[in-house]
Amino acid sequence: MIFDLRLSIGLLLFCCGVVLLLHGLVVGVLVLGININLWWGAVLVLFGALMAYLGWRSPSTPLD
Amino acid sequence: MTITSIDIVIIAMYVVCVLGIGFVLRRRVHDSTDFFLAGRSIPAWTAGLAFLSANLGAQEMIGMAASGAKYGILTSHFYWVGAIPAMVFVGVFMMPFYYGSRARSVPEYLKLRFDEKTRGFNAITFAVMTVFSSGISMYAMGALLSLLLGWDINVSIVASALVVLCYIALGGLTSAIYNEVLQFFLIVFGFAPLVYLGLREVGGWSGLAARVPSTFVHAWANLGDPAANPMGVEWFGLVMGLGFVLSFGYWCTDFLVVQRAMAADSMNAARLTPLIAAVPKMMFPFLVIVPGIIALALSASAAPGGATLLPLAPNGTYDYNMALPHLMSRYYPAGLLGLGLTGLLASFMSGMAGNVTAFNTVWTYDIYQAYLQPRATDAHYLWMGRMTTVVGIVISVLTAYAAMRFNNIMDMLQLVFSFVNAPLFATFLLGMFWSRATGHGAFTGLLCGTLAAALHYELTVVAGTTPLVPKLVVVHTYPSDMAQNFWGAIWAWTTCFSVTAAVSLATPAKRAQELEGLVYGLTPRPEESHLPWHRRPAVLGAIVLVLTLALNAVFW
Repeated sequence: MIFDLRLSIGLLLFCCGVVLLLHGLVVGVLVLGININLWWGAVLVLFGALMAYLGWRSPSTPLD
Repeated sequence: MTITSIDIVIIAMYVVCVLGIGFVLRRRVHDSTDFFLAGRSIPAWTAGLAFLSANLGAQEMIGMAASGAKYGILTSHFYWVGAIPAMVFVGVFMMPFYYGSRARSVPEYLKLRFDEKTRGFNAITFAVMTVFSSGISMYAMGALLSLLLGWDINVSIVASALVVLCYIALGGLTSAIYNEVLQFFLIVFGFAPLVYLGLREVGGWSGLAARVPSTFVHAWANLGDPAANPMGVEWFGLVMGLGFVLSFGYWCTDFLVVQRAMAADSMNAARLTPLIAAVPKMMFPFLVIVPGIIALALSASAAPGGATLLPLAPNGTYDYNMALPHLMSRYYPAGLLGLGLTGLLASFMSGMAGNVTAFNTVWTYDIYQAYLQPRATDAHYLWMGRMTTVVGIVISVLTAYAAMRFNNIMDMLQLVFSFVNAPLFATFLLGMFWSRATGHGAFTGLLCGTLAAALHYELTVVAGTTPLVPKLVVVHTYPSDMAQNFWGAIWAWTTCFSVTAAVSLATPAKRAQELEGLVYGLTPRPEESHLPWHRRPAVLGAIVLVLTLALNAVFW
């Protein structure tokens, strides 16, 4: 079994980002004129995906 | 502030993830080295982010934002004068002795370098201080959640303590370190929108500067006279007390952070650990101090008699500790609020896990194995580590209630650190760089230094405040509690340094071959010329220092 820290972090951030992004799309609350959920969700999705990809491409931590 | 189901979903995903990491990593724990030292297998970047994150407890985040609201950008000295130079020093100069000695803990290094009693003194004071810090962090979190969300303080303390307990008892230090890296990212992503939205509302840095007194946006310009700046301290006391003594004492000798570097997979990785941590650390003032100043600006510019952003404490001043949470409730809609609260929870858990893993190692190796049960099997110490995790958390919970009396948590922590940590750096400096320093010297020096700190505190008062404990005789009045803390640290350090040196010269020295690998001059220097520049500690250290100088200049 392979465990990679970047993959775990990336997946969590990605999932949080998806939740925020969808919430921003559906509800769309504006804070100081910005749909902050939408934009920050998008940032999290991109960052999470990049991190997960790096971890998935070259998993660094064999478990046993 | 009301919490909705979407916020709960985000918090729940986080909790599942940290527990999942604990369960998966359980398979990597075979012996006590795996449990207490992560099998010395952690790569540099992971150890570096954990090094930083272990210090980012709730009291650090909330306390630094509080100090930002109370003292302005002067608070950045905790980073740009304090933490960063100390982190460079420990990485470049001290790590060869910590890692090279193969000591399993900071007290154990003292045992190898000096003697049993010096180790005992350090191990016991450290264990007490760690549990104490953990309790303060716990209280900060519980009080906050109860005030913001109406959650029962006991329930939130016990629930988050149980999560930390699970993932440490299962996966040991590896689990704590991996989760600290995860928590680091959540802290950054949870708090960053606050800075963006806050600055947007007040009109950027220039708009912010226009709304607060000019002493709040200059780090150095007003340090000539204690009366001219909100911190009430002059540049010498600040640079020597906070920078040289307190920060070096904390970042260079505190096992809580040093343990992360000791878990690194090689000597070079151990030396890079604090340097990698220094880069994000340098940027943290923007993440925690700037929101504090924004909270003050929004309070100061409220209409007379109108609602201010910062709530008022019973004595009529602002309740500074509410700076971060009240900004969060001002800006964060449902969804982002969940992420912000997750950041807060993550900071709380990483701080607590840092304390607990350091505590269980020092207890098991330096107290239990050293004095109570020296010849047990490795499996027994592994079991003891898991048990100590439980006991340590229970003691922290009890300590949490003792922490409720104090207003600015950071000031109080500095006071405790000035008693215990301030003299310690003198001991390590002499121990690592002067082979003549002896065990009797180190022990007497530490004892006298700690007593000097306590005595200094007993003999001085802070103008306009009621002291926590009755004073013996008052010989000096300081303009602020910061000035008192910094000068107390300077006295403690100087006492420890002189007493250690004097007693060492009067007692027999250790033989040179006993000190190999422990002292400068008797240890081969780590070879780094074959490495690419970005893996060389000295090069990275120099880059970090230049960037820090630049930041100081920009916010002069």
